[in-house]
Amino acid sequence: MISKRIIPCLDVRDGKLTKGIKFKGNVDIGDPVEAAREYYEQGADEIVFYDITASSEGRDIMIDVVKRVAQTIFIPFSVGGGIRNLEDMRRVILAGAEKVSVNSAAVTAPEIITQGASTFGSQCIVLGMDVKKVGVSEKIPSGYEIVIHGGRKYTGIDALWWAREAERLGAGEICLNSIDADGTQEGYELNLTALISDNVRIPVIASGGAGKPNHLAEVLTKGRADAALIASMVHYRTYTIAEIKKYLSEQRIKTRMLW
Amino acid sequence: MLKARVRNEERIMIAIIDYKAGNLTSVARALQNIGESFLITDDIKKLQAASHIIFPGVGAAGDAMVNLRQKKLDSWLKDWISVGRPLMGICLGTQIVLDYSEENDTKCVGLVPGSTKRFPDHLTSAGQALKIPHMGWNNVEFRRSHPIFQDVSPEAEFYFVHSYYPTPSDERAVLGVTDYGIKFCSVLAVKNLVAMQFHPEKSGRPGLQILRNFCSWRGNDL
Repeated sequence: MISKRIIPCLDVRDGKLTKGIKFKGNVDIGDPVEAAREYYEQGADEIVFYDITASSEGRDIMIDVVKRVAQTIFIPFSVGGGIRNLEDMRRVILAGAEKVSVNSAAVTAPEIITQGASTFGSQCIVLGMDVKKVGVSEKIPSGYEIVIHGGRKYTGIDALWWAREAERLGAGEICLNSIDADGTQEGYELNLTALISDNVRIPVIASGGAGKPNHLAEVLTKGRADAALIASMVHYRTYTIAEIKKYLSEQRIKTRMLW
Repeated sequence: MLKARVRNEERIMIAIIDYKAGNLTSVARALQNIGESFLITDDIKKLQAASHIIFPGVGAAGDAMVNLRQKKLDSWLKDWISVGRPLMGICLGTQIVLDYSEENDTKCVGLVPGSTKRFPDHLTSAGQALKIPHMGWNNVEFRRSHPIFQDVSPEAEFYFVHSYYPTPSDERAVLGVTDYGIKFCSVLAVKNLVAMQFHPEKSGRPGLQILRNFCSWRGNDL
């Protein structure tokens, strides 16, 4: 049976990791390619790169990073951040990324999902959703609203509606980030994750709030997520991916144990 | 890249069929990593000179068959298979070696009798609804041994991403099965053809081992 996926997320700016990552012997690694190699060796099932570069020069550097990652690791990886059109998608896919993720651009111009899916296939297109809990209202019946620009701008769009709409438009997967849980390390937003996962037929990656292996166990069972995104808990070497997988396997949650 | 190499006094030249079906570069990069030389081409003359053919593919069966027919690669594949040299199908390249695919109601290459079907709706496992596409890591349960899977642990998992799956009519063509609510044929092998639904080029070390094995295989399924 299919395994649940454990996916480290790396934030990159101008070709460098935004936060140094502590690895063996507490060496601080700033190179995203080396970090990707380390996580590949540790048993990551996939890697997510999030490019927070603002300048166009920085974007060219990111394409070079993607090319080098593709020569180094032989598992799927996705690239998100600043993907605005088909040309942006084409560049990262040709550089070797398996998938691209679109977030804000898809909210303002949803046709990018359909265009991307028909050009590269649905399996290439991940919809990134940043979500805040706002309480149930007529406009937001699920009680969860889509926010963009790093959580600063409310869109008036219901998260559940948007997830279904993105599936209809051709997204192959959803990366669901809870802005409320993000950075707390106190656990994923289980209700939100279960709500979205139960109502779409495409895989859902849960994001935001992971601090302990038990958080992953919860979101992969009660939250019904297909995959769990992790950041700080592995970047600061509190846990290795292998340790997390061992814990999940003790909880009878199947992950890939041989790599 | 166009560089032949001698191994066991035989010329090894891997060719990847280029028929505009998705991104072929990930297969190329994996071959580079294991030190194999190769070329990517749609030129039948060059393909003919190869010792091993890889038939990859991502995308939809309908478009893929249109492109193959345009370049007469469908009939060439039938000739190639009869010569007895090794052929490896990957993902869509596996589905369309059969006679027919439900995807876009497509008549396919027909190297192996059978058809490609869509996963039924509402598959479940242990009470949880299963998603389509089948995307992620899964095991393969082997029905018999095969040179391509030598030194690959039975516990190994492979990366899948697909909504359709192959159903060869002859059970003997099934080399491995995978459980996704239903058990489907994830690897098929007939004589000098071996074809897998998963992506060896994205399946970490076990995947690279499969590619390595393929490159030293002579095409006899024993």
